[in-house]
Amino acid sequence: MKSLPARTVAHAITLLAAVLWVTPYAWMVVTSLKTLPEIVAAPTRVLPEHANLDAYREVFATIPVGRYLLTTSLMALSIAALQLTLALPAGYALAKLRFRGRPAVFGLVLACLLVPAQVTFVPVFLMFAKVHLVNTMAALVLPFAVSAFGTFLVRQALLSVPDEIIEAARMDGASETTIVYRILAPILTPTLVSMFLLSFVFHWNDYFWPLVMTTDDAVRTLPLGVALFREQGTGVRWHLVMAANVVLSLPALALFAFAQKHLLRAVAGR
Amino acid sequence: MRPRASWHPWVMVGPSVLVLVTFFVVPVLVAGYQSFFSWDLLTEPAYVGLSNYEKLVVSGEAVALVGRTLRYSALVVTLAMGLGLGLALALNRPGRWVAFVRSAVFSAYVVSWVSVALLWMWILDADAGLGAAIARGLGFSRVGFLTDPNVALTTLGIVTVWKITGYAMVIFLVGLQDVPPALLEAAALDGAGPVARFRHVIWPLLRPTAAFVATTSLIVSFQAFDVIRVMTQGGPVRATTLFVYAIYEQVFLDLRVGRASALTVVFFVVLVSLSGLQLWAFRSKTGRPT
Repeated sequence: MKSLPARTVAHAITLLAAVLWVTPYAWMVVTSLKTLPEIVAAPTRVLPEHANLDAYREVFATIPVGRYLLTTSLMALSIAALQLTLALPAGYALAKLRFRGRPAVFGLVLACLLVPAQVTFVPVFLMFAKVHLVNTMAALVLPFAVSAFGTFLVRQALLSVPDEIIEAARMDGASETTIVYRILAPILTPTLVSMFLLSFVFHWNDYFWPLVMTTDDAVRTLPLGVALFREQGTGVRWHLVMAANVVLSLPALALFAFAQKHLLRAVAGR
Repeated sequence: MRPRASWHPWVMVGPSVLVLVTFFVVPVLVAGYQSFFSWDLLTEPAYVGLSNYEKLVVSGEAVALVGRTLRYSALVVTLAMGLGLGLALALNRPGRWVAFVRSAVFSAYVVSWVSVALLWMWILDADAGLGAAIARGLGFSRVGFLTDPNVALTTLGIVTVWKITGYAMVIFLVGLQDVPPALLEAAALDGAGPVARFRHVIWPLLRPTAAFVATTSLIVSFQAFDVIRVMTQGGPVRATTLFVYAIYEQVFLDLRVGRASALTVVFFVVLVSLSGLQLWAFRSKTGRPT
């Protein structure tokens, strides 16, 4: 159906996009396999003469990559798990139960959608400083224990679940806890998977919040650790920075490759 | 439905309300309150009325910040939307190669800002970077992508575009699913070329999607921090000090909580009104809610 010139243009754009979005990754990996003399040599060779993993060895010897990975995973998993656990009952009450104050609570959820962490971080930091919780996992996790967006998503999804399912469960003597977590949660699986993936990827990658809530190495996360590694005098040793960067971006890329379909659906909101 | 017991709903929404009030509502109010004080975190806060706001205006910092942030946002929103739409149109066809390119473009959105920032710092390194080598090969003189005050903000904008274009593309691809193929075929039979089909069939149907992409990328660009912190630390000579970085700088480097709070309040008001304004503009244009 498409005309020949239109098809040619589409092919050209595809090729250009491939070059623009693949080359940087390739350059990152290639650089991480080089040695210092090859980095500073001008003009630069494209491929390393003797590809080696020395840069990775040095990165692992210089910064506690394992601990950063553990802290980051623990933080991102806790946040995502808490968000799901709390959004389910709240979304259920907002979608299905009639009670005084419901419009106010729903209004609160919608209002919080407009407030990014960049607006709240100064007061929250001072709050945590007062109760000596800076540099703790609590400061990284608690502020995100509830996602206004997640609560909104669960509420919207539950609106299209028929009341009869809940009535039948109540007749059978199921408790409200059972109804929320055992009966409604499985029905919402696609929504919950989307929520979990979006939240996990966002907080795994987050740099801003861990940066302002930590002043030492106690609960430092990987993005923070890698950014700091470059700041603290790697100078021209870009092969080390790129090796650290491969370690940082690989888990996100692997998760993307593994759960691409779910992630795309989550982002597209379908 | 009636709750089984009148206290049930409150137990269910209670924890969420508690967290949202503690970490969203109270901080916004506290920021507003603290903006009337001068406080360096060490001595007692002192009430100074509107002087924090006055200083922001008189020193010209507020205007400079809004100007820089708007310049960066304009670049990011137009380029990310234009490229996202172009890529969506070009890549909206079957095939493994096309699917791979789609994934590659979108992958930048999944990788962290720190990764992207470090990657481009190396590519744009004025001496040994790949980008610099290509620029030299094309006959350009040495460009300080991140060290030239006239260039740095544009550089950060383009790095941001590289990161979020994949998002715009995915949203446009979803929007394109809603364009009925029969409509396009009918237009083609009537002699409409690709350009006319886009203008008269695809674009009117894509407008709500475009409004969504514009608003989202506007908000993302206003919240820019990571690229700045990693790539330029607000420099050279404050050329890349945008809103969030300025707030961060006031608190953590200058220890001026009052001034930072005043900036936070201004930032919040600008953010809320901009997204409201843009939604309204697109709504009146499309004649339907987005």
